[in-house]
Amino acid sequence: MSRATGQEPVAVVGIGQTKHVAARQDVSIAGLVREAAVRALEDAELTWADIDAVVIGKAPDFFEGVMMPELYLADALGAVGKPMLRVHTAGSVGGSTALVAANLVAARVHGTVLTVAFEKQSESNAMWGLSLPVPFQAPLTAGAGGFFAPHVRAYMRRTGAPDHIGSLVAFKDRRNALKNPYAHLHEKDLTLEKVRAAPMLWDPIRYSETCPSSDGACAMVLTGVQGAARAPRRPAWMHGGAMRSEPTIFAGKDYVSPQAGRDCAADTYHQAGVVDPRRQIDVVEMYVPFSWYEPMWLENLGFADQGEGWKLVEAEVTEMDGDLPVNPSGGVLSSNPIGASGMIRFAEAALQVRGAAGEHQIDGARLALGHAYGGGAQFFSMWLVGSERPDS
Amino acid sequence: MTSIQGAEAGAEAGQGSRRDVAVVAFAQTVHRRSTDRLSEVELVLPVLQDVLKQTGLTTDRIGFTCSGSSDYLAGRAFSFTMALDGVGAWPPISESHVEMDGAWALYEAWVKLRTGQADTALVYSYGKSSPGSVRDVLTRQLDPYTLAPLWPDAIALAALQTQAAIDAGLTDERALAATAVRSRRAAEANPHAQLRGSADVGELLEQPYEVRPLRRHDCPPVSDGAVAVILAVGDTARALHPRPAWIRGIDHRIEAHQPGVRDLTDSPSTRLAAARAGAFDAPVDTAELHAPFSVQELILRRALGLSDATEVNPSGGALAANPVMAAGLIRIGEAAARIHRGESRRALAHATSGPCLQQNLVAVLEGEQS
Repeated sequence: MSRATGQEPVAVVGIGQTKHVAARQDVSIAGLVREAAVRALEDAELTWADIDAVVIGKAPDFFEGVMMPELYLADALGAVGKPMLRVHTAGSVGGSTALVAANLVAARVHGTVLTVAFEKQSESNAMWGLSLPVPFQAPLTAGAGGFFAPHVRAYMRRTGAPDHIGSLVAFKDRRNALKNPYAHLHEKDLTLEKVRAAPMLWDPIRYSETCPSSDGACAMVLTGVQGAARAPRRPAWMHGGAMRSEPTIFAGKDYVSPQAGRDCAADTYHQAGVVDPRRQIDVVEMYVPFSWYEPMWLENLGFADQGEGWKLVEAEVTEMDGDLPVNPSGGVLSSNPIGASGMIRFAEAALQVRGAAGEHQIDGARLALGHAYGGGAQFFSMWLVGSERPDS
Repeated sequence: MTSIQGAEAGAEAGQGSRRDVAVVAFAQTVHRRSTDRLSEVELVLPVLQDVLKQTGLTTDRIGFTCSGSSDYLAGRAFSFTMALDGVGAWPPISESHVEMDGAWALYEAWVKLRTGQADTALVYSYGKSSPGSVRDVLTRQLDPYTLAPLWPDAIALAALQTQAAIDAGLTDERALAATAVRSRRAAEANPHAQLRGSADVGELLEQPYEVRPLRRHDCPPVSDGAVAVILAVGDTARALHPRPAWIRGIDHRIEAHQPGVRDLTDSPSTRLAAARAGAFDAPVDTAELHAPFSVQELILRRALGLSDATEVNPSGGALAANPVMAAGLIRIGEAAARIHRGESRRALAHATSGPCLQQNLVAVLEGEQS
């Protein structure tokens, strides 16, 4: 294994998430994050006293209107008297937060760490919160879809992908979500025809091909070898993890397949000894907020050659029963509490290799990729988790 | 090749020995009441270039980059993404960001270096407090259901803390004024400070109250500023600086949020962080304390058990310049700079966050053992 030698192996021994919904009007922000944290502790059969540090992440503070909310959440997350770190790396933050927590264990600074990510989007209007002015461009961007739609169009022109690919991804993810009790959208009567008949929001992205706006939280308990030995259930082991960033906007930026994403994947695979991701990785939880990003990321992550990603989608390779299932949980297209979405990807990957994903379990999953991205397709975080200890 | 960096760094990690991490460069802006002609990128860029120049490093030779800032100061979501342009993140870099004071960004970078995944780290933070009313902005970091709706501003909360300390017999208005005078006169030797020099205590005590028992001199200035630091491990640090400031220990702790359930005259989280950082293992000759209000220096001195033999805030501290989100990291930089200059052998640096010292970080830095 190529992880830096001398690091403590990192195990995921507890996972918890809330039922993601449009508005959790029954709980405060503190109640929401505590619900996920308590479920992760219960899964690990640990108590608050077993936690050495808390690492929390979320997207912009303006989404709830609370500046640095970790200060107010210290009590709800049992952090009083402990270290508490707050990460913010835009949409990739849920993944980055897990990686910062994992490093505390890997560096042997702490034995057992609780990591939590959340967003309570019903407190504000996320679409307008995401409508940021792009320098040197006319202020026409309404929501993240307005920013990403031109890049989807660029992908279609570059690869010759037919128009219907996006609808296939959306239909797949929404059907997968029916097997995930925590997913926000459970559209039992959805048909491919309905997906294709939905109104066009940001050409070529239809309403049915966009993520919802959700309230939700996700939490994980991370620990080292000794903690894993005491764990009541099978742990997921971290085999590699990386973050990469590049500027929002610059001449020569490839928005369709950003270099930072390719570098992040290469680093993660290298640490895990993965040379053929398509063959060696069993299941992928990929950050796909707009359906077309599945074929785009399939190429960016090295699962398909340039221009070939959409063909995997069309050939049903990424279906639950395909040979590279992508987003069996239903993905971001079915639940999107923004700050938590990356951590949900990481946690769902861990659930798969623990054999604990329930109805959306992929049989025999041994190595799974969790992936998140954010900003103007510029911040990336990924981890590979396996059913076996990386040094075994 | 960034992708093999982890493996290369790992070669040095082995041996089972802990990886020693040092501050090898520090730069800060001249802090000002307003920088309305500068964007965040323009504020940050000079200090980034400064620390790179000090070490001879270039962005592509930095193993990890981490920053700290707050969207609420910028009044804009994702404000840090634009500041990243100042770093020149191309080719792509291994990078992270905390929505906290830069001292905690340094902590994240320290952890990263300890894992062996990188050998050098660039840490920066910035705060433009001037565009809004920072005392009101800070009310938004209070419990949004029970506290924030009352809009108790940062100065009002510090006034409660100060009155509690006076009522407990720990200090009085004259002693607090003396702290302010000492801090701002020390800042006369600091070309980056915003408030340099002070009238004497008697004159200050004739001024009206800002929020009783606080007068203006008990409060920090409103400052815009930025700071950058470079960290390196082991022999890499020795190659980058003749006198690296080794981080012997670093830890941070948080307390309950509601001021009403805390003893505001004490800072148990500072004491615990200091113990975990090894601060009590040997005396420190210098302490840079992040105490925006005069009473907070007293509370921190008591929590840390500092004697008069320790020189406190030779830079002038946050009473002389307080760029929010940067002032904590500046304390670490100032302590390191004293070691770099051979003026300190063992220094303590402290950073705080939240109302009334809710969250505290302590680092212990030392020069090379000869």
